Amino acid sequence: MTHTEIQTAAQMAPPSGPEDERRGLLSGDRLAQLGPLIALLVVCIFFTTQSDRFLSGQNFSLIFQQVMVLGALAIGQTIIVLTAGIDLSCGTVMAFGSIVMTKLAVDSGVPPVLAILIGLLVCGAFGAVNGGLVTRLGLPPFIVTLGTFYIAFALTHIYSNEETISNLPSVMTALGNTFKVGSTAITYGSLVCLAMFGVAWFVLTQTTWGRRVYAIGDNPEATRLMGINVRKQLLMVYVVAGVIYGIAALLLISRTSVGDPNAGQTDNLDAITAVVLGGTSLFGGRGTVIGTLIGALIVGVLRNGLVLMGVQSIYQVLITGILVILAVSVDQIARRRKA
Amino acid sequence: MTTETRTPVLQAKGLVKRYGHVTAIDGADFELYPGEILAVIGDNGAGKSSLIKALSGAVIPDAGEILLDGKPAQFKSPIEARRAGIETVYQDLAVAPALDIATNLFLGREQRRKGPFGSVLRMVDKSAMKQTASQHMANLQIGIRSMSQAVETLSGGQRQGVAVARAAAWARKLVIMDEPTAALGVRESGQVLELIRRVRDNGLPVILISHNMPHVFEIADRIHIHRLGRRAAVVTPQTHTMHEVVGIMTGAVVHDLEHPDKANGHH
Repeated sequence: MTHTEIQTAAQMAPPSGPEDERRGLLSGDRLAQLGPLIALLVVCIFFTTQSDRFLSGQNFSLIFQQVMVLGALAIGQTIIVLTAGIDLSCGTVMAFGSIVMTKLAVDSGVPPVLAILIGLLVCGAFGAVNGGLVTRLGLPPFIVTLGTFYIAFALTHIYSNEETISNLPSVMTALGNTFKVGSTAITYGSLVCLAMFGVAWFVLTQTTWGRRVYAIGDNPEATRLMGINVRKQLLMVYVVAGVIYGIAALLLISRTSVGDPNAGQTDNLDAITAVVLGGTSLFGGRGTVIGTLIGALIVGVLRNGLVLMGVQSIYQVLITGILVILAVSVDQIARRRKA
Repeated sequence: MTTETRTPVLQAKGLVKRYGHVTAIDGADFELYPGEILAVIGDNGAGKSSLIKALSGAVIPDAGEILLDGKPAQFKSPIEARRAGIETVYQDLAVAPALDIATNLFLGREQRRKGPFGSVLRMVDKSAMKQTASQHMANLQIGIRSMSQAVETLSGGQRQGVAVARAAAWARKLVIMDEPTAALGVRESGQVLELIRRVRDNGLPVILISHNMPHVFEIADRIHIHRLGRRAAVVTPQTHTMHEVVGIMTGAVVHDLEHPDKANGHH
């Protein structure tokens, strides 16, 4: 930095102490990023003091098994929310995917691996429908995915005849198998979920594709003016999210060992909860997938810890609601300070 | 001025654009010469934004021709114009506020890492982009130290500075500034005008669309006055007063293009 440039910096700067202002905003950003982690730690410390069974490898392995399906769903949800969209259909699309996979394999005799691929394709197709309606007709994501939520729900029940599909081929439940680290049993599905978070982090932060997801959520008009095909990118986002829900369907099957038409109903909103608790802004352009992982863990730890304490499960729902409102308020206040 | 002997960087001859019965561009001519700031002014509805849209590819003219460096050019979209080396700065601060300065400068033109990291994994080269961004900002003497700073932490003038730096960084032929100071306060406008001057001094001609007559007179080398869908006159701040220019713009003064008593820069 040369002397003249420093002078120009002073000349360009607004008179009201820009340095202080900038530092204040930065600390606001830091708070938004660290907040979820602090919340997770506080919740963990609290449960450690309340139950001796909480802080153990076995219990954490269990928590992770419980949140891996939600976590995987929340990855797809995060990418959509980063574009300032929302997906109300994620859990039911996953349920439909799991029914397609299991019913094809068990009732129609389709080879399991092919059945899984078809299930992934069906979920991707739902994403394409969501994305197509959002980008071509310009419909709000909220309404589009509300519609596909109903459609996926109905198709799940029509196709399954309301019957749970069991006796699955072993390939389909392979991700539910465990391996031992010391005395702790860990499922392969948990590893797949963690790997998905790793890949999503990489794509969102290190690649052109990911940077454009943020840009679209932040200022779609500026992104379009810079020559980026916003429609195409948005469509891809919804398709990718759909395929991720398909992988979540496979994790779901491996965990429950059945194709359950009633699965995934609470996951629609839980996935949004995980995203919001993880500090991603519903207004788009801000947030991280690592935050979402922390958000999903907060949901999982709350459920687990309250069960260990012998608290009725409905209180966990109450606390989740309060946390969601807190998280969104922090986001809104941070945005106002910047405006 | 000796502009007549030089080839215009961007030239339009007899442009026409009709929307049904409305003629937005009615046989308009236009010339931008190397190394100049050409202000384009005109009353509301004079068709000056249609003209600029035709020059930047946002509107396809029905008739007439556009020449870039003396060669015929047809832009079917703003992206094509951009590929030809024409960059545009918009009044409404077309930057992504949550993203950092380097990312904004490279939006849509991200630099990838060398080798398989870039080609297979499609990784962006963040450090190279930051370094290049820092150079571009320094070229215009915009003294912002950190390229990883989010644009929303900057003042309005600095944000427009980012947009100007981005245009100057990518433009090979010229920069179009569409009301770049309209959203800014007095002091910040002054800073942006200074940046526009630096862009010209660094070798890029600038088309400046502005409603602000004092700004136009402060920095324009020539002034293209648009009226009733065509060019009414080209004058300079040295030969004409603001009052006279407003007169030509509103039609109160009829300016004789064939026998200009005071105007120059036109043949």
